[in-house]
Amino acid sequence: MNENLFTSFITPVILGLPLVTLIVLFPSLLFPTSNRLVSNRFVTLQQWMLQLVSKQMMSIHNSKGQTWALMLMSLILFIGSTNLLGLLPHSFTPTTQLSMNLGMAIPLWAGAVITGFRNKTKASLAHFLPQGTPTPLIPMLVIIETISLFIQPMALAVRLTANITAGHLLIHLIGGATLALMSISTTTALITFTILILLTILEFAVAMIQAYVFTLLVSLYLHDNT
Amino acid sequence: AASEKKLLEVKLGELPSWILMRDFTPSGIAGAFQRGYYRYYNKYVNVKKGSIAGLSMVLAAYVFLNYCRSYKELKHERLRKYH
Repeated sequence: MNENLFTSFITPVILGLPLVTLIVLFPSLLFPTSNRLVSNRFVTLQQWMLQLVSKQMMSIHNSKGQTWALMLMSLILFIGSTNLLGLLPHSFTPTTQLSMNLGMAIPLWAGAVITGFRNKTKASLAHFLPQGTPTPLIPMLVIIETISLFIQPMALAVRLTANITAGHLLIHLIGGATLALMSISTTTALITFTILILLTILEFAVAMIQAYVFTLLVSLYLHDNT
Repeated sequence: AASEKKLLEVKLGELPSWILMRDFTPSGIAGAFQRGYYRYYNKYVNVKKGSIAGLSMVLAAYVFLNYCRSYKELKHERLRKYH
């Protein structure tokens, strides 16, 4: 059972060729572009949703931060669609792989921090020391603030990986438990099935929330640094 | 001749020569995917009153392809006495 539980997280390879590339590229098929003023329902819905999200997320930034709008919007669309597609049966979710989440988190965080250092050096360095700290505490606090700065990309990546992986594992386990319990005691199986339904609803929410949180935090790091 | 006919109009005996006639260069294959994509898109999605069927057929095909991909591991989980 142990091996079966984790087989859905193995990177898909077919005859030695990376199938995972196709799976990562698949969500792009679901977001068609249209140059028309009035497009079909599918594209109109996506454009409305994108406008809603971008207004809500980019309104806090100044003009320099708003140049990141395209990046942040593609980020939230990618993470959201990848997580939601992962809830389909038998599918592979790329965001369960720590390698991919690190590849998303580290460059974005580093870009925000380096922008801050280049354009507003004094203000960026001042972030390491909160206002009003007593003088004897200063060295320790600078060390703590540095650690908390460098842990930001790690936390971003690990948060996303852990949440999605844990959700998938729970669904596998509780689904397996329901199946096994059906021959033993139908009532318990029904209770377990209800838990499975609730869990699936939670996972839909988590899929979208994690995308939002990831993008929100990157935007926050950006706000600090522009 | 068997050249330039659509697939449904090709006679069974002419099928091998028809298949060999197709353009298997990378740009030819890319063109085939592009034509296939736009055929589906314009029939089911890019219409005035598109329904959920356009999206669900794509997702169903995705689920089916993933099932085929992981069949090798899944067949051990069937309820059989001998695997």
